[in-house]
Order: sequence, then structure tokens, then C-alpha cells
Amino acid sequence: MLKGRMIQGCRAIAEAVTLCRPRVISAYPITPQTLIVEELASMVAEGELDTEFINVEGEHSAASLVLGASAVGVRVFTATSSQGLLYMGEVVFNIAGMRLPIVMINANRAVSAPLSIWNDQQDSIAMRDSGWIQMYAENNQEACDLVLQAYRIAEDHRVMLPVMVCVDGFVLPHAFEVVDLPSQKEVDAYLPPYQPIYKLDPDNPLTMGAFTEPDKYMEARYMIQRTMEASIPIIEEVSREFKRTFGRVGGGLFEKYRVDDASTVVVALGSMAGTTKDVVDDLRNKGQKVGVLRLITYRPFPEEALYEALKGAQNIVVIEKALSLGGSAPLAVELRSVFHGRPASPKISSFVIGLGGRDVTTDDLKYAIEKAQQQLINMEFIGLRTDLELEGINA
Amino acid sequence: MKITLGTVTKPGGSRVNKTGAWRTAGKPRFLHKNCIACDVCALGCPEGCIFGTGQRTYYANEDFCKGCGICASGCPVHDIEMIPEGGEDA
Repeated sequence: MLKGRMIQGCRAIAEAVTLCRPRVISAYPITPQTLIVEELASMVAEGELDTEFINVEGEHSAASLVLGASAVGVRVFTATSSQGLLYMGEVVFNIAGMRLPIVMINANRAVSAPLSIWNDQQDSIAMRDSGWIQMYAENNQEACDLVLQAYRIAEDHRVMLPVMVCVDGFVLPHAFEVVDLPSQKEVDAYLPPYQPIYKLDPDNPLTMGAFTEPDKYMEARYMIQRTMEASIPIIEEVSREFKRTFGRVGGGLFEKYRVDDASTVVVALGSMAGTTKDVVDDLRNKGQKVGVLRLITYRPFPEEALYEALKGAQNIVVIEKALSLGGSAPLAVELRSVFHGRPASPKISSFVIGLGGRDVTTDDLKYAIEKAQQQLINMEFIGLRTDLELEGINA
Repeated sequence: MKITLGTVTKPGGSRVNKTGAWRTAGKPRFLHKNCIACDVCALGCPEGCIFGTGQRTYYANEDFCKGCGICASGCPVHDIEMIPEGGEDA
């Protein structure tokens, strides 16, 4: 029997945040993240959570506020989505550069224009170069487990980088699922209080986030890059310890589902991988050697581990809810670079799917797999309507 | 020399880093003729580097002045003029 409670994702995530005992929370409501911060605000109002919940006039301020609070040396939390994440953008880069171990939930949503409140992952993917560790959850249980792990990773003195936990908007926060949340005692044992290396203190003043001249800036960025690389084994270590403590697999670099003997492997981020697993089961029943590698940690990009996990495949089918307009599909491009100049060279096909909340169906996924097995697909949109006239494109 | 995490440094860096060297378009010259000590030049200075204690005492700290000219444009009695770099000290 499943342990846990039938609970809405937003409530589960809010409870997981509460278990981490943040001292300051600041966030601005934006669909589909709103329910998470509403739950947190109500917990504070009901006296269930001893934290400063600070209302602000927008996401730039929410991010700036948690930046400042984190610099003072306390654990903080924020959450946003889509336009909110973009509006935070300047501060998002600053938080990473200032090495502040802030944890954020991003409820993945399409970006404007056209305005869409529905799910895809263009928002967080656009922030991939900011210096934040990015982890993508498949379901609400994992979203909660990643929140606990995110603080462990971020606050590790070998890391000291912020972590963005990405959850597919609506698909996760608004869905009711069985979620097993640990007790406060268990979390306290797993997640000790935050110990800052530097903090703002009037008795011992220091300067944070000051300007740096060309003789030092490059080293500061190099330090983040090297730390990102060095955090890969730490992310694995935190995941292993999570399993030892809570008896459940969660987090880490990626999940392999029926990959080891597979000749075709689908690579996906987030909730789409769940649908893909059903497709894989179906195709396996028909005798096809198909698997799915669900990438959890997108930043740092675990290049070596991905090479080892995928080098036996003949076809890799990357499906993603993101697009670098004028470029290509970002995850596929990076996966191709993993194999560049190495002995194994699987065919890596790329499909863009489900933008702006368009359903990702099992038929779509089967189509992508079948097509990639026939020929290498450089990049193709799946599920485009053919009944519309697109001005300037076709008449 | 060590670069700390997040390039955290000792406080007071802006006193040491004399950014007046960024000035390229001239600097203010305080004429000390018509000054009424209204303090507009000091209040308007985006660098906060203009000081004065009474009529005809105002000056800009050139270690930090960027030469923006807001003091000269704001002076109600036209007692500040902008002069080229290397000119007579204010």
C-alpha cells in the first residue's frame, strides 16, 4: 500500500518547504505558482510556520528580498513562474554570482507573447546560463523530495549555489497525488540549520556583490563553472543519503527506465517522462528495445554520466518543451555535444512538443520514436496543426 | 591575493576605488561669487561628492566626481561652470 496522503501538489510542496524551516519567504503570486505561496502565506497566518513572509510588489523585489535575507545568513525560499522568472532575471544572475544558496520553485509555464498561462519549459530553460543548479521533478513526490535535497546541495560549503526546482505548471502543482511527507524530526536530522560562510553583520561589516574589474571578474565566473562541475558528485551523494534516510529514491542526475539494453532511448525532462514510460512499456510488450532517460539535473549538465548511460543506444530521441528561437532545441543540442569526438555516436533526433500547454499524447511520443528509428531528425515540431493559415509562413 | 566566494570583500571599497578617473567630459568649477548656499548642487550630485558649509565654500571631491554637470545646470545663481579636464582646479 502507498504511504502518504492524497494531497494537492501545491499543498505538498508548501509543506515540504515548511519542513525545511525557511526564516524568510518572499514571492509574488503568478499562475500556476500562486497556490504554493498562498498555502505558505496561510500557514504563516495560522501560526503553523515561524517565518517572515514578506509581501512585495513584484518578482524583481521578491528575488531581491530573498537575496538580501540570504546574505544576512538565513535560509530563504521563493517561488515563481514564466514572466515572473523573467522579471526576476537580473537578480537570478546576481544570486548565483553572489553564491547565495537560495532555493526556488519554478512552476514551468510558457512565456509571452502570445500570453499563455499553460505549461512548457521555456521559462527555466531561458535561465539555464544563470549559474543556478536546475532540477526537474516528474511528480509531486519528487518535487517535495527535491526541495529537501535542494537545500542540502545549495548550502553545502563545497557548492554554495542556488537551486531552482522546476515543476511542470498545472501538471504538478494543481494535481492531487499521494505524497509521503517526512516528519519534522526526520527532516531536521537530514537538513541541519544553514551555516553561512559569509554573512552581513553590522559588527563585522563586509561588502557583497560589489563591482569587479577585468583583472578579477573572469576568475569569479571560472569559480562558478568549476563548482558546477564539482557539484555533480555532491548531487549524487545527497540523493544517496536521501535514500538511506527516507528509504525512497529521489533526485540525483537522472533516472534510467529500461535503458540498459535499449537500442532507442527517449530523453525528457519533467512530467513528460511519466507518459513516456507508459509508451516504453507498451513498445516493450511489442518486443521493441526502448527506454527512457529522465534528466533530473539539467544544470550542472552531467555530461560524463550521460555519455556512459547512453553510449549503448543507437537512437536517442530528445523530446522537449523548450526552444531556442532561431537556434534549435536546447537539450538535443547539448546531448549532441556530449557525443562529439567520442567513440559512441548514436543518432540524436530532436522533437519540440507541448509548447504553451498543448497536450503531449502517447501517440505523439510513439510517432517521435518511430520516426527517429527510421531517420535522423534534426529538429521537428510535433503536433503542429495543419488546418491553420499561418500568415507569412504559408498562405 | 584571494578571490572569495561571491567576491565578498572588506567594506569601504568605494573609498579606496577612486572612480573620478572615469570622468571624461570635464569637471565643475565653483566660482564662489554669487553662491547663496542653497545646497542644490550638493543635493543634486548623484555621487554625493559635493560639500559646503556656507556661502562660497562649496567644492566637488574630484576623486569621485564624474563630471555629469548636474550641479552646474542646477545652480540657480549660475555660480558653477563646467571646464575641460586639466583646467584650473575648482
